Amino acid sequence: MNTLGLEQIWVYLSASPLLHLFATLLAFILATYINRWAGGTPLLHPVIVTIALLIGFLLFTGTDYATYFQGAQFLHFLLGPATVALAIPLYDHRERVRRMLRPIVIGTITGVATAVISAVGVAMALGANTETVLSLAPKSVTSPIAMGIAEKLGGIPSLTAGLVLITGVIGCIVGPWIFRLTRITDPTIQGYSMGLAAHGFGTAYCFASVGAVAGAFSGLAMGVSGLTTAFLLPPLVHLLGL
Amino acid sequence: MSLIIGMCILLGCQFLGEVISRALSLPVPGPVLGMLVLLIGLLIRGSVPASLRVIGEGLLKYLTLLFVPAGVGLIQHFGLIRQEIWILIATLIASTSVTILVTSQILQRTARQRQPAKENEA
Repeated sequence: MNTLGLEQIWVYLSASPLLHLFATLLAFILATYINRWAGGTPLLHPVIVTIALLIGFLLFTGTDYATYFQGAQFLHFLLGPATVALAIPLYDHRERVRRMLRPIVIGTITGVATAVISAVGVAMALGANTETVLSLAPKSVTSPIAMGIAEKLGGIPSLTAGLVLITGVIGCIVGPWIFRLTRITDPTIQGYSMGLAAHGFGTAYCFASVGAVAGAFSGLAMGVSGLTTAFLLPPLVHLLGL
Repeated sequence: MSLIIGMCILLGCQFLGEVISRALSLPVPGPVLGMLVLLIGLLIRGSVPASLRVIGEGLLKYLTLLFVPAGVGLIQHFGLIRQEIWILIATLIASTSVTILVTSQILQRTARQRQPAKENEA
């Protein structure tokens, strides 16, 4: 009788948005602790750990992604307003931006072209199939933009979303290392490069580990490179013959 | 009340961005245009309303959490990922490193040309 009751509660809960929203937040808290125990290594980035925990949970309980997303969509929805909110740090640092306008324009166009051409080039050279290549192309751009671009190109938007996240983690790992090796100490340059190559992850990393100026520039780079990629990528991909 | 006003500003800008994106069928997603709308608005107004700052900075602080739902979507592509995992990893590492390297070098070089002007301001 008792187990039957529990089963019914589970049947109800497993289909309701409450469980998966709650699970997502709990997993994030747990992942943050795990990351702290591991000494804050970017290899166990809280977001990657959260995703791994949740995928494990879904596989264990036999829940499909659509059911999970019914709960998680409330968080997913906030990506939109959060993207809009990037205008605030941009506005706060408008003077620096104005001063750096020329490097920013040149850096963005070169950076975006490098991101796309290197991703498409390496993937094609290694023999990836076309769908994968098209899903990889917008990998440096923040996920709401990248998913839109992947869809327009004929890639797989949800695969792109995952690749974008992994790119973000890789950026947080290799970025500081590259800056140390090439002796780049200017927080505006660090921030801008991180935001361009590793979108929101780079931005979060900069706010947390470099400072507010780097964070603002990273946010700027994320917005500007998102815009640039959205316009530049379709003709570029066409040029590469895909 | 201030949280609601702040959220309304963000959603309003996103809404406008969405309308512009669709009306002109631009390849740019609505929230990005919404960011531009808000930025222009702030430049015209000349300051950030306190209500907007509270919610905006709160959202940005937890930005990474917001990526989780889309990331869990990888679960749908295990087959494809297993097939091409090494290609994906190699591409992502190579391309991300090259992008950071090239961007920071270009910025360093173009910014250095403007060094004298910068020193005057400082």
